[in-house]
Amino acid sequence: MERKYIIGIIILLVIIVGAYMVFAGGNKQERITIAGSTSVQPVAEKLAQAYMQKHPNVKITVQGGGSAVGLKSVQDGTADIGTYSSKLKDNESAGITSYEIAKDGIVVVVNNANSVSDLTTNQTMGIFGGNITDWSAVGGSSGTINVITREEGSGTRDAFISLVMGGKNGTAILKTAVVQSSTEAVKQSVKGDPNAIGYISLADLNGDVKAVKINGVTPSEQTISDGTYKIQRPFLFLTKGQAKGATLDFINWVLSPEGQAIVKEAGAVPEK
Amino acid sequence: MSRETDEFLIEKGLFLTAISSVIVIALIIIFIFWEGYPAIVNVGFFNFIFGMDWSPSNGLYGVFPMIIGSLAITGLSLLMAVPLGVFCAIFMAEIAPGKMRKILRPTLQTLSGIPSVVYGFFGLIILVPFMRVQFGGTGFSMLTASLILTVMILPIIVSVSEDAIKSVPSEYKEASLALGATHWQTIKNVIFPAAIPGVITSIILGMGRAIGETLAIIMVAGNVVQIPTSILDPVRALTSNIAIEMGYATGTHYNALFATGIVLIFMILILLVIANYFHYKKKVTVGGGYL
Repeated sequence: MERKYIIGIIILLVIIVGAYMVFAGGNKQERITIAGSTSVQPVAEKLAQAYMQKHPNVKITVQGGGSAVGLKSVQDGTADIGTYSSKLKDNESAGITSYEIAKDGIVVVVNNANSVSDLTTNQTMGIFGGNITDWSAVGGSSGTINVITREEGSGTRDAFISLVMGGKNGTAILKTAVVQSSTEAVKQSVKGDPNAIGYISLADLNGDVKAVKINGVTPSEQTISDGTYKIQRPFLFLTKGQAKGATLDFINWVLSPEGQAIVKEAGAVPEK
Repeated sequence: MSRETDEFLIEKGLFLTAISSVIVIALIIIFIFWEGYPAIVNVGFFNFIFGMDWSPSNGLYGVFPMIIGSLAITGLSLLMAVPLGVFCAIFMAEIAPGKMRKILRPTLQTLSGIPSVVYGFFGLIILVPFMRVQFGGTGFSMLTASLILTVMILPIIVSVSEDAIKSVPSEYKEASLALGATHWQTIKNVIFPAAIPGVITSIILGMGRAIGETLAIIMVAGNVVQIPTSILDPVRALTSNIAIEMGYATGTHYNALFATGIVLIFMILILLVIANYFHYKKKVTVGGGYL
């Protein structure tokens, strides 16, 4: 009996020491933690992947959580880089350095079968605010408009509100609008409903849904980059104070032509 | 080591494993109350529970439409799942031939093994467009969510009810048949009434799953914060509210989501108490002990 206990304890000790050595061994690597906006996340993941391939001694982990989480985690130090997908408000930026790594357009999407292909900013505001309720009012065939929006706190929603609806004190998004909690769910909802309208990030646009022109401008990398497409927002990397060490190297690489090429590959619009 | 110490160690070890689940639950509840309490204080108890508007960016935190939403979705799905499940259980326990049972049981087990996100995605792609074509509106509705939930809780109701029906002592059935009752009369007047406590347990379990289900509901219920006026209106459940917004919430908004969790805990507690009351009230204590 006694011998069994002793052997058990020895095995346990060996396992604990072994595990400790394995994990402690990884400490020689540089670690960068990125957290925040779910809109920036796919871009950041691609960037991290490419960077880690070139620099095997750097380990980058990318997490989502939303822009608010990005700001909060960089403020309290749980992440080295916080990602943020709208303009930083003045009262939030104390002690924070922001690096604009890309631009993104918010695309208003309708079903592929919808004949409407052009809306003005006012019409878009009217539709999402609930003042325009039928497609015939904006040149389509008649049918009740089914508005699909994103959840409270979503970076895409915040950007849409500030860029289209006139900010927090502007027109409120229709209260009875269906709320979907992801880009994919919005796309699937619009794809399945000829009368639906929603908004997604340009990076996520594909053949499932149709992007409408806003004030006659087609959303594209070109029109976002030169500023003619108005519904756009910056993708920011935030650091506490000035970035330094491995974090600074990474950000510099992201802003280099090499990094910007990957930004483009990931579907976002690179800085010039 | 002596036998006494062995015995002592094993006893205490078993005690520890038993108590650990209690400790975990206690810790979770303490944590939820700890995080949620500030919001209830900030917003005010009545404003929070009976407030009609949920708009964190404007400082409005009212969960009443979501309480109604959760209850309505759960109620409607139980309304569909209970008759379906109980009759299915009766069929499987009493009537189905062995072969049939061999097909039905694995089918139901598969149904309960499908992850809820798959149900949700199926609902979003297939059921929502179908409902829109059939009933108009957006297709995202209380009814759509309830239909998905019905399928999700059906396996629980069937399997627990079936066990309850099977565990009715065979003397009951034999006595009834010996008195000249038909098989259906026996089921209706003897077996089913005797199995009712077990059937109620199955309903409690199904209700627990329905009210706690989150992911599938988020995808098909439409998540509009409003009190539904018809079963075709989109609604938001309490669980969806927490899951949808937790990723972003900070400050009072964050606390308010935990407070939503407190409301959910109390709702489940109240429903459990009601269900347990009926469970004991209907207990049959004839013949060999109780069921």
